[in-house]
Amino acid sequence: MKSFWHRFLSNPRVAIGGFWLFSVVFIAVFADLLAPRDPFEIVGVPFSRPGGELLLGTDSLGRDVMAGLIHGARTTLLIAVLSTLAALAFGTAVGAVAGYYGGLVDDVLMRTTEFFQTIPSFLFAIVLIAILSPSALNLVIAISVVSWPPITRVVRAEVLSVKSREFVQAAVVAGQRDSAILLTQVLPNTLSPLIVTGSLLVATAILVESALSFLGLGAPNQMSWGFMIGAGRSFLRDAWWLVTLPGLVILLTVLSINLIGEGLNDALNPRLADL
Amino acid sequence: MSDDVLAIEGLTVQLPAWSDRKHAVSNVSLTIGKKEIVCVVGESGSGKSIMGKAILGLLPKPHVRATGGRIMFEGRDLISLPDEEMRRLRGGRIAMIFQEPMTALNPLMKVGRQIDEVLEIHTELPPAARKARVLELIADVHLPEPERIISSYPHQLSGGQRQRIVIAMALALEPAIIIADEPTTALDVTTQAQILHLLRELQRAHGTSILFITHDFGVVAEIADRVAVMRHGEIVETGSADAVLSNPQADYTKALIAAVPGLKPRSRDAEQVQPLLVVRDLEKTYVTSSGFSGSTRRVKAVNGVSLELRRQSSLALVGESGSGKSTIARCIVGLEAIDRGEIVLDGTRISGLTRDQMRPYRRDIQMVFQDPFASLNPRQRVGDIIAIGPMIQGVDRAQALAEARELLTLVGLKSEAADRYPHEFSGGQRQRIGIARALAVKPKLIVADEPVSALDVSVQKQVLDLLNDLRQRFGLSLLFITHDLRVAATVCEEIAIMQRGEIVEYGATANIFHDPQHPYTRTLLDAVPGKEWIDSLGR
Repeated sequence: MKSFWHRFLSNPRVAIGGFWLFSVVFIAVFADLLAPRDPFEIVGVPFSRPGGELLLGTDSLGRDVMAGLIHGARTTLLIAVLSTLAALAFGTAVGAVAGYYGGLVDDVLMRTTEFFQTIPSFLFAIVLIAILSPSALNLVIAISVVSWPPITRVVRAEVLSVKSREFVQAAVVAGQRDSAILLTQVLPNTLSPLIVTGSLLVATAILVESALSFLGLGAPNQMSWGFMIGAGRSFLRDAWWLVTLPGLVILLTVLSINLIGEGLNDALNPRLADL
Repeated sequence: MSDDVLAIEGLTVQLPAWSDRKHAVSNVSLTIGKKEIVCVVGESGSGKSIMGKAILGLLPKPHVRATGGRIMFEGRDLISLPDEEMRRLRGGRIAMIFQEPMTALNPLMKVGRQIDEVLEIHTELPPAARKARVLELIADVHLPEPERIISSYPHQLSGGQRQRIVIAMALALEPAIIIADEPTTALDVTTQAQILHLLRELQRAHGTSILFITHDFGVVAEIADRVAVMRHGEIVETGSADAVLSNPQADYTKALIAAVPGLKPRSRDAEQVQPLLVVRDLEKTYVTSSGFSGSTRRVKAVNGVSLELRRQSSLALVGESGSGKSTIARCIVGLEAIDRGEIVLDGTRISGLTRDQMRPYRRDIQMVFQDPFASLNPRQRVGDIIAIGPMIQGVDRAQALAEARELLTLVGLKSEAADRYPHEFSGGQRQRIGIARALAVKPKLIVADEPVSALDVSVQKQVLDLLNDLRQRFGLSLLFITHDLRVAATVCEEIAIMQRGEIVEYGATANIFHDPQHPYTRTLLDAVPGKEWIDSLGR
């Protein structure tokens, strides 16, 4: 059996997705070097077409689209990754406790989870932002609040199946405490589905963040892809690039994350991939 | 020979490139005559099941495929047969019986309908005639109340009854040959004896040939006309059952036969004053409530069991699944709370303690689990797995890890094994790791719950020898849970026979073997596969 990394990296879909995602991450990290000026600064004539003096043209106020995309990558990725991590941490904790202790604890936690799941997630996010006021931190909070329930369900199901395995009983016989059993014996064995779900969640978070920014509920004073589409939408027929370019970037980034998530899934469950 | 039903000629089955060997089966030739039972014997990984699958055209393509040789059946080569014709043969002229009857049957379909389906697909019989044939088949496999059986779902039947249904399905179309892949391995000893007897009887009545795949020479002695011994995808010995069993030629065959546990009971030593473990009037009832109705189902798993285990001795609890023997083990190590009675270890009452109160006594009592693949955490290194017990008892990590390395050499592994993960080891090696883990806290009592029933017979012997050796070296006491009287006899001085939550017979192994009192004990003794042959070996 080949190693996990070999299986993961030799997958062509992972190579394609990884290439794009790595580029986006690189651009996000070095945004200040690649586009040193403020992306909100007016640098040219409004509506100048791509391919002229500025590679990707300017928008309705004469701001550089290229600089917007570069700085937008930073905002969008940061918010998506942070909110995913928060959702993962919270969802894992709730799911692990519910699955491990069962009974009344499980009932209470899972009914609460279901309560959150029944609210349409995007509307819920809008409501949260409306209550909390738009800011980068509140975006992270809103996105993680609407995206933890699926994580909880995945973790709980895994914990339920792992906790009945004999090595957990062996740990009980050895005298290990519940908290230690949960952390050292049970949770490490739930990692594979968690990694896959988590990676796909980043893609969802990017979409939610872009949609919120599109509606004008994004982080103020920070350029993001969704905001650019929102600002350019009324000029769709006159200046196609204002909407198309950020839209394309969102599409490619979400697609590449999905490709990588699928690749992770295939590499972590090689037997399923073979069939 | 012209009356060969099936002739395998130079069969080679290729494995995918990443496997640890190139061929699952290489250049195997074997013939099965009319009305003949041929047993293919080998350990797991010997390629015996792959060979059975190749005959049925059920290899997991495209990674595993037959690359050479022929399988001749009724004048046609099964390897080159198109899928459509293969499908018509399968279940028709060639039938199969699988190891696990629960997975071989559709859980959502009544068993009568499942047999009926076979007839519907392969024959032109009208419904009424098919129904009559189904009832006839059910009667053939000696299931009681055929009308009730056909309208049952698989989960309403016992393992043995399910396997009888699978056999009835296999026989439905009067096949020329049946491929049976370890059909009795998942069953209790007594059920196994009944199924083997049934197969023999039906095979004679219907004149069918059987290719019987097994790892147990006891089963071979019970059923085979001819034997083929396989190892690493090659046949190392073939011959008539009598010849191979009484006068094996190949060294490997000799080793396999030597690994069959004998029936010579161990004798016990002189009486002692205070027993190490006393169980008094133990009772345990499982209560399950079903969903919305709120109705509860009570199953009395253990009913008033008392037993004593002397220091440095061993006691076997023998019984079929559901007899309550595992429940007793789980109660003793504190995995289950008991309902009534008491458990006293070394003068201290350990029943009724909370997990925190129980912790200090964990160093005296440890457990070896049944399934070597489920009982080791796949994400922990072997060293950490073994060291966990001592670390909880307060030994510091470095010392615990050093001791773990020593223990690994003691159980016959290399000390470097401590740095590796469980999946790198075979079943037998994993069970050694499980034993090392139990030994790590230097316990006085080890409770072993079916520690060898998931292992091949030859590996079984090595693990039993190891347990025996360690017992003497450390002065351990052993409570050994098993369904196999042969294993119990080799390991334990005393045996308690359990049936339906109660001990029906309890005494020295020698007495039980020479003079069984309870009818159930006699049934168990008679059910030992290949009993006469083992007796004839003088073991």
